[in-house]
Amino acid sequence: MTGRPVLSVRDLRVSIGSRPIVRGISFDVDAGETVGVVGESGSGKSMTVLSATGLFRAAGAQVTGSSALLGTELVGASRRTLRAVHGDRVGFVFQDPATSLNPLLTIEQQLVEGPRTHRGLTPRAARRRALELLEAVGIREPERRLAAYPHQLSGGQKQRVMIAIAIACDPTLLVADEPTTALDVTTQAQIIDLVAATQERTGMAVVWISHDLGVIGQVADRVSVLQHGEAVEQAGVHEVFDAPRHEYTRTLLAARPVLGRDQRRPIAPDADRVLSVADLDVRFRVASPGGRHTVRAVSGVSFEVRRGETLGIVGESGSGKSTVANALTGLARVNAGRVTLRDADVLAATGARARGIRRSLAMVFQDPFSALDPRMRVEAAIAEPLVEHRLVADGAARTRRVRELLELVALPAEFAARYPHELSGGQRQRVCIARALACEPELVIFDESTASLDVSIQARVIELLIELQERLGTAYLFIGHDLAVVERMSHRIAVMRNGEIVESAPSAELYRSPRTDYTRRLIAAIPPERPA
Amino acid sequence: MSELPSAAIDERMPRPAPGTGRGVIRLLVRTPLSAAGLAVLLALVLVAALGPVIAPYGVNATDVLGALRPPSPAHWFGTDDLGRDILSRVMLAARVSLQVAVVSVAFALVVGTAVGLISGYLGGWVDTVLMRAVDVMFAFPVLLLALAIVAILGPGLTTAMLAIGVVYTPIFARVTRASTLSVTEEPYVKASQAMGTRRSRILVRHILPNISGPIIVQTSLSLAFAILSEAALSFLGLGVQPPQPSWGRMLFDAQGFLGSAWWMSVFPGAAIFVTVLAFNLVGDGLRDALDPRHRTRMGRTARSGSRGSR
Repeated sequence: MTGRPVLSVRDLRVSIGSRPIVRGISFDVDAGETVGVVGESGSGKSMTVLSATGLFRAAGAQVTGSSALLGTELVGASRRTLRAVHGDRVGFVFQDPATSLNPLLTIEQQLVEGPRTHRGLTPRAARRRALELLEAVGIREPERRLAAYPHQLSGGQKQRVMIAIAIACDPTLLVADEPTTALDVTTQAQIIDLVAATQERTGMAVVWISHDLGVIGQVADRVSVLQHGEAVEQAGVHEVFDAPRHEYTRTLLAARPVLGRDQRRPIAPDADRVLSVADLDVRFRVASPGGRHTVRAVSGVSFEVRRGETLGIVGESGSGKSTVANALTGLARVNAGRVTLRDADVLAATGARARGIRRSLAMVFQDPFSALDPRMRVEAAIAEPLVEHRLVADGAARTRRVRELLELVALPAEFAARYPHELSGGQRQRVCIARALACEPELVIFDESTASLDVSIQARVIELLIELQERLGTAYLFIGHDLAVVERMSHRIAVMRNGEIVESAPSAELYRSPRTDYTRRLIAAIPPERPA
Repeated sequence: MSELPSAAIDERMPRPAPGTGRGVIRLLVRTPLSAAGLAVLLALVLVAALGPVIAPYGVNATDVLGALRPPSPAHWFGTDDLGRDILSRVMLAARVSLQVAVVSVAFALVVGTAVGLISGYLGGWVDTVLMRAVDVMFAFPVLLLALAIVAILGPGLTTAMLAIGVVYTPIFARVTRASTLSVTEEPYVKASQAMGTRRSRILVRHILPNISGPIIVQTSLSLAFAILSEAALSFLGLGVQPPQPSWGRMLFDAQGFLGSAWWMSVFPGAAIFVTVLAFNLVGDGLRDALDPRHRTRMGRTARSGSRGSR
């Protein structure tokens, strides 16, 4: 490497109170290079990078060690020094573009802030710069977009604007903290290309933080793998993927869902039909400044699920996949269509019949942190559907059934007395699964149920779900945005777009020979298994 | 003291919380501030209950010759313009003041919370009707509304309690409705709805416990304001009727003697201050102790011997 590194971090330690979060991490970032920092939640990856760049400040936090940006020490630097560095020599892009932009300011006002503060540009020059930047990040009609407010842009466009703001002063270092996590795969691919192109042009150094090894493999030249605040492996990206030295890196790589790696065992050819949905239509009436209008969230959707079978539904945000789940469980009003569970008409049922149907149609939600009542112990949470549907007597019988269910999802019996906040994310999702299985349902709907879990935990939960299905013969409707995860789970997959199913096929067939352009684009946007 | 080595491990292996019931009281007592508040409240209740027995003088025992005496060994809090012992009157007034505060706020709490829950959970036209009614009640100045109620029903202790209760109902309705709206959107409520759980059960088992925080805070604040409202009504001659003492009544009686007999206003005022403070401290402590998440944290800090509450 020529010259000195842009950012040189030595023995960085961060602790909050008496609790160490980052325990002595060192790394260098050279000009024109991307360093990937990867780890699961709680590994200290964001904390490491934010402390190294002086952006982390919290009550009771202590940062020691050294971090030099081209000779300027940032650990323990004065606020004044940091202000001069931030936005000028270091640019930041964060995870959620929806909250990183100020909703009350126009795009122009937010774009010119940096150049005017750090470069002292006149309003006119700053506006020219803003136009240049919007063009550089590939926003069409930049003149018109300058006057727009954040809510008038899509998620991908907002993240482009965030990147434009971050590179407004030609920083020597760009810090990207999970910049694509909140985006759809196709948008993610565009953002990755955009950062790479910008880096090529300006020669800036990039630190890319992500939990997703696939993304890191695509963007990084060198990788630091973090676990419990320590860098357990630091090597070139090819080395990490092809010859991982640390056990943890190997676990992460193995846990990663990869398209076409595993296939589900086929179900019995004569399995009964459990659920059939025909011509489902869900419309929402939306009031906007332009007047009231109707949004067709789901239109003309039909599918069937058989006993022991998983039907996967994939689609990007806004494709209507979650609305299908809500329509089936009565959380969304259905405008037209027929839903039959076994022989019962789900939509027409009322009173006791409807409650019987609810019992056979369970749902597991996306976020295990909020899907459990924080004031209810695990036992009460799991027993809730049992009590509601009067399936089990109080007292010993109930305790026994809860124990059984906990055992089913591989949790120790003493967890029954715990509160949700005393469990980890994976454990909570297991509790949610136990609750869904409590009434021995015919069909369980999983709405992005593994999306918010760490990869290693996600892999274990998926194994558990497959094992349970093979043992109990329950039918699953598995909804997700990650094609690789859905493919691992499902026998058949339906691809949704704009409220319609555009393609539906057995999993293996779908990814080997996709029939529509949209499916092909979805598959192409998935980060490859190994770096190119 | 066994501190866990890292945040990551701590996240994965959290410690179980102490149990409910007795555990709540134990945690409440362990936090110094709420323990102090609880002690003061217990003492007040005791005084209110035993007032006539332990008060050194009769409540209306006048002694014109000994009027307006400053605090002395014979009269610890001094005497008023009719020579009545202020300590005895403050002790006896505790019963009236506490009674008015507790009864009126209990009324407001029950009615207001019910209205807010129904309004927030059902939404639609029920919500519109109930909330517009609440808006109308809000539009009246508090005291004017109380005055109107007293004017219709005639002055007296019962009317005062009812009037104060009605006046504080809309606040509870609003606080409850707002919290209900946000909790109703929580995934765990959606999850319960998807299971086919009945509305009444969702309201009682999921929503009510999770909105108890703001309601408890509102209750302790309202108890404080209710004591002051009672004082104002009594001053206008519409609440507690003389010669029965109440702290508010005593305060206003003392008005003419602010310059000459400071003890006449300071001691009833201090009684109000201490009571209000105690209600607030206990309210804050209760809110934390009832939340399982806080309970774990409080239990942990209490165990490791460092400082309390939040």
